[in-house]
Amino acid sequence: MSTSEVKKNSSPVLRIEGLNKYFGGLRAVNDFSLEIPEGRIYGLIGPNGAGKTTVFNMVTGLYHPSSGEIDFMGENIVGLEPHEITRMGIGRTFQNIRIFPNLSVLDNVCIAYHPHAGYGVFDAVFRNPKFGEKEKELTERALDFLSIFKLDSICNETAKNLPYGEQRRLEIARALATNPKLLLLDEPAAGMNPGEIVRLMEYIHFIRERFDLTILLIEHQMRVVMGICEWITVMDFGEVIARGTPKDIQTNPRVIEAYLGKEASHVA
Amino acid sequence: MEIGFLLISIIKIVAIIAYLYGLFWAMGHSSKWVKIGGVVLGFAIIQAALSVPIGGSTILNNFDSGLLFQACTMAMVALGLNLIYGFNGQFSLGQWGFYGIGAYTAADITFRWVNGDASGLFVVGIGVILGGIVIWLVGGFLRKYRRVPVLSSFTLYLVGSIIAGAVALFIGKSIAQGLVGMLGTAASPGPLNSPIAMQIVFFLAIVFAGIFAAEISFLFGLPVLSLGSDYFGIATLGFTIVVNVLMVNSDTILPFPEMKGGRGMIGIPKLTTWFWAFLFLLAVIVIMRNIIRSSHGRAILSVREDETAARAMGIDIASTKLFAFVLGSLFAGLGGAVYAHYIGFLSPGTFTFLVGFNPMIIVVFGGLGSMTGTVAASFGWIFFLEGLLRVLLSQMGTEAPTWRFVLYPIALLLLMLLRPQGLLGNIEWGFLKVALVKRTELAQEASETAASG
Repeated sequence: MSTSEVKKNSSPVLRIEGLNKYFGGLRAVNDFSLEIPEGRIYGLIGPNGAGKTTVFNMVTGLYHPSSGEIDFMGENIVGLEPHEITRMGIGRTFQNIRIFPNLSVLDNVCIAYHPHAGYGVFDAVFRNPKFGEKEKELTERALDFLSIFKLDSICNETAKNLPYGEQRRLEIARALATNPKLLLLDEPAAGMNPGEIVRLMEYIHFIRERFDLTILLIEHQMRVVMGICEWITVMDFGEVIARGTPKDIQTNPRVIEAYLGKEASHVA
Repeated sequence: MEIGFLLISIIKIVAIIAYLYGLFWAMGHSSKWVKIGGVVLGFAIIQAALSVPIGGSTILNNFDSGLLFQACTMAMVALGLNLIYGFNGQFSLGQWGFYGIGAYTAADITFRWVNGDASGLFVVGIGVILGGIVIWLVGGFLRKYRRVPVLSSFTLYLVGSIIAGAVALFIGKSIAQGLVGMLGTAASPGPLNSPIAMQIVFFLAIVFAGIFAAEISFLFGLPVLSLGSDYFGIATLGFTIVVNVLMVNSDTILPFPEMKGGRGMIGIPKLTTWFWAFLFLLAVIVIMRNIIRSSHGRAILSVREDETAARAMGIDIASTKLFAFVLGSLFAGLGGAVYAHYIGFLSPGTFTFLVGFNPMIIVVFGGLGSMTGTVAASFGWIFFLEGLLRVLLSQMGTEAPTWRFVLYPIALLLLMLLRPQGLLGNIEWGFLKVALVKRTELAQEASETAASG
C-alpha cells in the first residue's frame, strides 16, 4: 500500500496506554496499549470475553476507564461524553446491529448530521428560509451518501424491514456520516455468508480509500482479519498476548493456545 | 330515546374525526390559499355550529361546547405527553402536574386582574422572562466547564431562578401598585378592565402560564431525567402528587388565599372561547409537527429508538431529553391555562394523579408516536366518556358514574388486545404526514458522478 506508506511517519491517530477497566473485582481490561498510525486497518482479535468490546466502549466514551490514557489525534479523550468523542471524529458500529429500527433509512443517516444541521429550534418552528435551505442540503448530502452504499433506492424504507446485510451496510454508512477520522467496526462480518464477507472486505478497503480513514476492527472471522488487517493485536482475559502482522499471528503459539487450547498448540 | 342519543353521539364523534381529517388535509396542501382557507373554514364551521341557532337551538349546545373545549385542552396535554413518551421514550406521569401549574397560574393572573390587582400578570410575566434569561445565562456559563455534576448545575439554576423570582416579585408589585386606579375594582371596572384589554391579558396569561410550567419542568427535569426510565416515571408521579398537595394547601402553606385550597378556586373569568381554544390547539400542533419533522425531532426520535446508538451518532441525549420534556410541559401548561378559563372553577380534585393517567391513556389509545392519533383520541375520548356514556347511562340513575368506569376500562382492554399499537398506530394525516423523499433528476446525476468519481 503506497498511500499508507507515505502516512506512516505522521503521529498516531489513536494512542492507548496502560488502559485498565475493572467491573467490581473483575479485570475486564488490564494494561492495554495500542498505537494506530494514520490510514491503517488494524485488527483486534481474541476469544469471546477477552475485553475487545470493552476497549471499544472506553475509546468511544460509553465506559470510563479505571485508569490509563487514550489520546485521539494528540488530545486526551478520557472522561469526555460519547457525543463529544463522536464529534471529534471517532465513529463506530456495534456488535449487535444498533440502527434506529422504526425510522427510515434516510433518517438514520440524517441523525448523524444533526450536530452540523446548522439551524436552531426557532428556525424549525417557523420554517424560515434558512431551515428549508439547510434541510434540503442535509437531505441531498444524506442521499448522495446513501447512493455510495447503494441504499438510496430504499431511502424511505423503515430500517427494521431491511435484510441483515443491508442493515449492516446502513450501520456502517451511518457511522461514516458522522465524518470520522477513525472508524471502529465491532464484528462487521458477524452473521454474514462467504459471499457477503467478500463484498464487505471490498467495502472496507473502498471506504478507507474514499473517506481517508483509519480503521480498527474487532472480528472473529479469520478470513476477514487475515485478509484486510495490516497489523493485529490479540487479547485474552483482558490482556494483550500478541501483536504483529497477520503472518506472525497465525504462527504465534500463544494465540493458538488462546483460541484452541494447550493441546492444540503443541500439535501446531 | 336512548337509541336516539346513542346515534347522535356516534354521529358527533364521526363528524369530529372527519373534521380533523379535513383540517389536516387542508393544512398539508401545497397551495398557501387552501391552507389558509382550510384553517379559516375549520374555525368558522365550529363557530357557526356553536353560535348560529337553527330552529331555536344551535347544533352544538352548551354541553357540547364544554366537551369541545375540554377535548382541545386534553389534546394539548396529550400531545405534550406524546412528545415526551411517544417520541422521546421517557415514561412520564408528571404531565398532569404541569397542566395544573398552567391552570392555576393563568387563573390567578386573570382572577387578580378582574379584582383590581395587576400584580399577578406583572410578577409572573417578569418572572418568566427573567427566569428565561437566568437559565440562558447559567447554561452559557456551565457550557464553559466540562463535566459539572448534574446536581451542582441544578443548584446553580435553582438559585438563579429563585433570585429572578424575588426580583420579579419586587418589580412586579411596584408596577402593579401604580396601576390600581386604572384597573378599578370588580364592581366598577376601570379602563384597563375593558373586554378588549381583558382578551389581551387573557392571551398573556396563557402564554406566561405555559412558559412558567416549562421553566418549572426544566428545573425539575434537569436532575430527574438523568434517572433511568422507570425511575423517571416514579419521580414524575411524585411531582404530580406534590403539585396536587400544594394546590390543596394553597391558602395555608402557600400565600394564595384566592385559590381557596381544597375548596376550589371560584370566580375565574370565563374567557375561553372557541377562538382561543382553536388558536392554541393549532399552535401546539404546528409547533410540535415542525419540530418533529426537523433535525431536532430526529434527534428526539433517535433517543427513543436507541440511546447508545444515538450517543455514538453525536447526539447529546441529556439535553435532547430535557428539550422534549420542557416542550411537552409547555404544551401542558398552555392546555391548563385554556382549561381554567372555560368553566371558571378550579378544584384540586381535577389534578389528582389518578385523573393524571387520562392523558397517558389517550396517548396509548391514539398510538404512541402518532400526532393524529393523539388529537383524534382526545376528541373521541371526551365525547365517548363524557358525552356518550353520560347521556346513555343517565337513564340508569345514580349508578351511572360507576358503570361508566366499568365500561371504559373494558373498552381500553379490548383495544389493547386487538390493536396494541393504538387506534391509529403510526398513521398520520395530511399536514402531519412524513414527507417521502423523491429525488430530483439533477440530484440523481450529481450522485452518480459522485459515486463514480
